[in-house]
Amino acid sequence: MIQSLLSVEDLSISFASEIKSLNTVNEVSFKAADQDFLGIVGESGCGKTLTALAIMKLLPSNAISSGRILFEGKDILAYKDKDLQKIRGSKISMIFQEPMTSLNPVFTVGNQIAEVLITHQSMSAKEAINKTIELLKVVQIPSPELRVNDYPHQMSGGMRQRVMIAMAVACKPSLLIADEPTTALDVTIQAQILELLGSLQERNRMSLLFITHDLGIVAEYASRVMVMYAGRIVEKSPVQDMFINPRHPYTIGLLESLPGKKGAKLKPIPGQVPNTESLPSGCKFRTRCRYVIEECHLKEPSLKPAGNSEHLSRCIRAMEL
Amino acid sequence: MNELLKLERTKKYFPVKGNRFLKAVDDVSFSVAAGGVFGLVGESGCGKSTLARLILGLMEPTGGEIFFDGMNVITATRHELSRIRRGLQIIFQDPLASLNPRKRIQDAVGESLLINDVVKRREIRDHVAHLLGKVGMDEDALGRYPHEFSGGQRQRICIARALAVNPKMIVADEAISSLDVSIQAQILNLLEDLRRDNGLAYVFISHNLLTVEHFSDTVAVMYLGKIVEMSATEELFNDPLHPYTEALLSAVPKPDVGKKGKRIILEGDVPSPVHIPPGCPFHTRCPKRFEPCDKEVPVYKEVKNQRWVSCHLWV
Repeated sequence: MIQSLLSVEDLSISFASEIKSLNTVNEVSFKAADQDFLGIVGESGCGKTLTALAIMKLLPSNAISSGRILFEGKDILAYKDKDLQKIRGSKISMIFQEPMTSLNPVFTVGNQIAEVLITHQSMSAKEAINKTIELLKVVQIPSPELRVNDYPHQMSGGMRQRVMIAMAVACKPSLLIADEPTTALDVTIQAQILELLGSLQERNRMSLLFITHDLGIVAEYASRVMVMYAGRIVEKSPVQDMFINPRHPYTIGLLESLPGKKGAKLKPIPGQVPNTESLPSGCKFRTRCRYVIEECHLKEPSLKPAGNSEHLSRCIRAMEL
Repeated sequence: MNELLKLERTKKYFPVKGNRFLKAVDDVSFSVAAGGVFGLVGESGCGKSTLARLILGLMEPTGGEIFFDGMNVITATRHELSRIRRGLQIIFQDPLASLNPRKRIQDAVGESLLINDVVKRREIRDHVAHLLGKVGMDEDALGRYPHEFSGGQRQRICIARALAVNPKMIVADEAISSLDVSIQAQILNLLEDLRRDNGLAYVFISHNLLTVEHFSDTVAVMYLGKIVEMSATEELFNDPLHPYTEALLSAVPKPDVGKKGKRIILEGDVPSPVHIPPGCPFHTRCPKRFEPCDKEVPVYKEVKNQRWVSCHLWV
């Protein structure tokens, strides 16, 4: 088998408190190939952002992680800080939900993009600024020669996200992690940004790890998807499979929660996501699951093929659904 | 038609530096029948929330009229205003910000019962418990504080508080936007049940087009302070007349695979409401602009049966 660009193996993340340790991410494994578009879906607190941060090795210092994260064959978790800095921003980049808090308010956007180029590609200041203007053009900011001198507050939310993207792709990374990059934007601006990310992915041949709670975005853009619940992957499959043939009750619940035509009653998932401190025994979804049986209380099901080898589900009744 | 809420050419201008005005709401007219759901969509800064505040009488309009249940909201006497407030309640986007962190739920919900003399002090506990039951919550919530609940539960509490005075209409300003998908569906179903059981009417403000389509009878699309299109929900979503509506609908990623629709990508950002473009305010981004668009302001009018639009394509 060809080596994957990114391979996450049994990643677990926990936080130690004085009383006990909290398992926030539990044995998450997945791979991303070159030019992949992998969507990670889940509700707040399901561990999707922590998983992304772990790949960048940006977890808070009190987090304890185990497992392996192989990027181009080497384990990121074993990297020293100095080696990491060579990768971060050049081979792996990340963009976040709120561009305003990710940009430094006291430097011009040009300055901040140029910094990446100076650091990673040892350009001179002048070269870097010229390249920055070129990048701003690529992310379709109008009159880039002028906007390069703007401060973040002088730009709209959509423009700021474009700046973040310009910064992230400055060194043509092979992997871009996007954590809810369009959630704070209006839908017409979201459409612009998604289109831009799609074209950049093709142009730079990069792999995209896209974290979102919007199933619509996943359906339209991703090629593969994994659904997370309570720190676990509950379903993983090619996109089409999951939408046509969901094999986990949580995925089914999410899909049925989406408003459709007028008049049809929505079928929400009852209850709420359990607290990490008080997860139920056995299957973590059983308290909200309408397919629950006796066995679900006893043992947590493993992620197993359901239907075909590419479609995995963490449910003992996967094949009946 | 029995009109519960009626707006006539309502305007709200804010003065800004340099003798200019920010036209947050400009010439907005619509009406909502008792038990009806009026959906209001538009992007950030289009004036949706200002409109909500005007309806509630929390802000004085620069011009135009607002009537609720036959009373003029703007010129209402104190007595009338208290009747209006009892009939018209609001729920906001962030339930944590709208609940006093130091008040227990019983007091937070009970306060408006007391102020409005709905029940006697000793009956409050029972009455609040009854209200909580209506929104699907247990009695043991009574003595707890807002921080002890999840986002969805807090929004239920806010809805219970709005219901306390037995209103005829609720203005929901992005009321489910901050909630997770599975919880959004719970709250949306709750709002629908209340409409069916209590005949509640809603002004449902949201930027989420899928929920608006699901919930509303009539939909208005706002752009830079003006309604650019208004019609029955089904017609608006199946056959949008205004190019902005068309672009807005096409921009929503649909959760069906293999049906990637044709997407209209608009150029640029929404212009600042202080510098509204001349002519049609949308012409700077409109893919269908032609001769008159940058000069003449299109008239907002009924171009087909019950379909209102302001666009030069429809004369």
